[in-house]
Amino acid sequence: MTFNNVRRAIFAMTLLIIALPAQAVLKIEITKGVQGALPIAVTPFELDPGTVRPPEDIAAIVAADLRSSGLFNPIPRNEFPQHPTSANDVNYQLWRNQGIEKLVLGRLEAISEGGYSVQFQLLDTIYGRQMIGYAIPATRADLRRVAHKISDLIFQRLTGMRGAFSTRIAYVSTQMSEGRKRYVLQIADFDGYNAQTIYSSDWPLLSPTWSPDGKRIVYVSFESQRPEIFIQDIASGNRISVAGPTRLNSAPAWSPDGQKLALMRSENGNPDIYILDLASNNLTRLTDYLSIDTEPVWMPDGESLIFTSDRTGRPQLYRISANGGEPQRLTYEGNYNADADVSPDSREVTFVHNGGRGFHIAVQDLETGQLRELTEGSLDEGPSFAPNGSMILYATTYNGRGMLAAVSADGQVHQRLRLQEGEVREPAWGPFPQTP
Amino acid sequence: MGILSFVAGASCIRYGTFLLVFKYKYYRETFMAIHNLFAIALVTTLTLASCATSEGPLPLPSSGGVEQTVPPAGTQGEQDKTSGLNNQGRFRLNPLQDPNSPLAKRMIYFDYDSDQVKADSLATISAHGKYLARYPTQRVRLEGHADERGTREYNLALGERRAGSVSRLLQLQGVLDDQIEIISYGEELPAASGHDERSWALNRRVEIVYGELYGER
Repeated sequence: MTFNNVRRAIFAMTLLIIALPAQAVLKIEITKGVQGALPIAVTPFELDPGTVRPPEDIAAIVAADLRSSGLFNPIPRNEFPQHPTSANDVNYQLWRNQGIEKLVLGRLEAISEGGYSVQFQLLDTIYGRQMIGYAIPATRADLRRVAHKISDLIFQRLTGMRGAFSTRIAYVSTQMSEGRKRYVLQIADFDGYNAQTIYSSDWPLLSPTWSPDGKRIVYVSFESQRPEIFIQDIASGNRISVAGPTRLNSAPAWSPDGQKLALMRSENGNPDIYILDLASNNLTRLTDYLSIDTEPVWMPDGESLIFTSDRTGRPQLYRISANGGEPQRLTYEGNYNADADVSPDSREVTFVHNGGRGFHIAVQDLETGQLRELTEGSLDEGPSFAPNGSMILYATTYNGRGMLAAVSADGQVHQRLRLQEGEVREPAWGPFPQTP
Repeated sequence: MGILSFVAGASCIRYGTFLLVFKYKYYRETFMAIHNLFAIALVTTLTLASCATSEGPLPLPSSGGVEQTVPPAGTQGEQDKTSGLNNQGRFRLNPLQDPNSPLAKRMIYFDYDSDQVKADSLATISAHGKYLARYPTQRVRLEGHADERGTREYNLALGERRAGSVSRLLQLQGVLDDQIEIISYGEELPAASGHDERSWALNRRVEIVYGELYGER
């Protein structure tokens, strides 16, 4: 076998390895919906005559997106009072009679070899008028992306809130491969589709966190048999080890400007919070206390951080200025409050809370200090806010298996994301995609 | 022996200072800390006494060099098969391989969300401390673990604290700092896979791993 053949063979194998986990699709099940979700009808997108049938059912994707937010109740197609192909065909009275106030119509037009123009209109059946209408160019390969974009536009128009349907999530799944447990770091669309493996190892992986620009992921790998922090570029797959070897390096958190990492580091058996400047590699100690200080997370303005400390005997949340100083205790309810994430509007913090009935996901108002439990699992952990603050993704166990779940920030809508094989944990909701 | 006593003495002073600092921070656990200090001081005294009076061939091969500098063999491989033969040709089991030796116990268990070594583990730690102090070229790895309750990152820190607690007690007996490697796996590598107190109790542990076993799981 020549060198080139070997190289080709290795390349082919790599492709195969990357392609396989994509089969493992996360499926969303709404387990508890909100009363009074807005009824909406998303009609099947019409195909222009002669257009090659697209690989995706755009209307179904849009309906699923809107349903997952918990704010909408998409009506099943067999309950539609009519099947209009254009706005001119719509009999608004028929839709109003069924209590359906919002209607989405769409069509696909072939504009080039393998290219489409995806057009849609959002109609208000009460006033009988169009609320928004767009034409978006797409290739066959990115129809799902376009469908999520349509969901974002509809969501924003109807709720005033930016949709998070075009965002991605990262998580760690464990899969058995030839009798061995394999830890797989994956990223996927927020709905679990297009899962891609970005790193896998025989040793545990944890704490994946997105860079603010969504281009890199920082995570902890035990591949050298001790926790080591890596930053990986998603597109190229290149990765670098940061924060050199010591007894313990973990819990990385990206600063909002992307320039620094907060992390937990133990020099001599005393886990403290440090800040690593990524350009200069300067490491500054932020906390110094003979107790566990870990799980730092930045406030969106980058001025202060929230972290977990057991300095009073049990883990509780504290807030400290990014310049150091005396931390201020935030949580008092329950004997275990840890692993915080801050809402994008800086108003709330979500964390793992144990008030005596198991480890639940809770939210606390940073202004009033008021705490609400959002979930009822026994071992819920790893809460991560959606970039629009509407939902919180977390890890839970269901029938003894680790899986991801999401809850609306008001606790009303609950859903599970099921991976068909393996276990899933350590979710991290990525940032909004950068507008080109 | 003189050197070992000196090292043990120095560690004692270091540890004593450390505990004094701890007293202020861990006011709730001060009683336990003092209790442990006394227990360990007693064990150390006994250890040093027994080291000083023990006679006869070492249980490990001696090729004519200074006893204390001969590293004990690992627990596996060709080398081990000959390790039981001393200069006199009498068979002696390497205490690391002897299932009846106190060194056969390699697990130290902890209470929930605690890094305090429990009284019933002191004898085991003492046996390892004694052995390691006697063979300063033998290295050991302390692997700290936690049960699945609580957050993964906090448990990683907790596992490290637990390994640190065992390390301090070993050093108090004269084991050198660079003989000990500490690592925490948090809740990532449980010993028991159940989701109940029985499994959790087995998972809140520090594993004492000797030299040649490094890297294995």
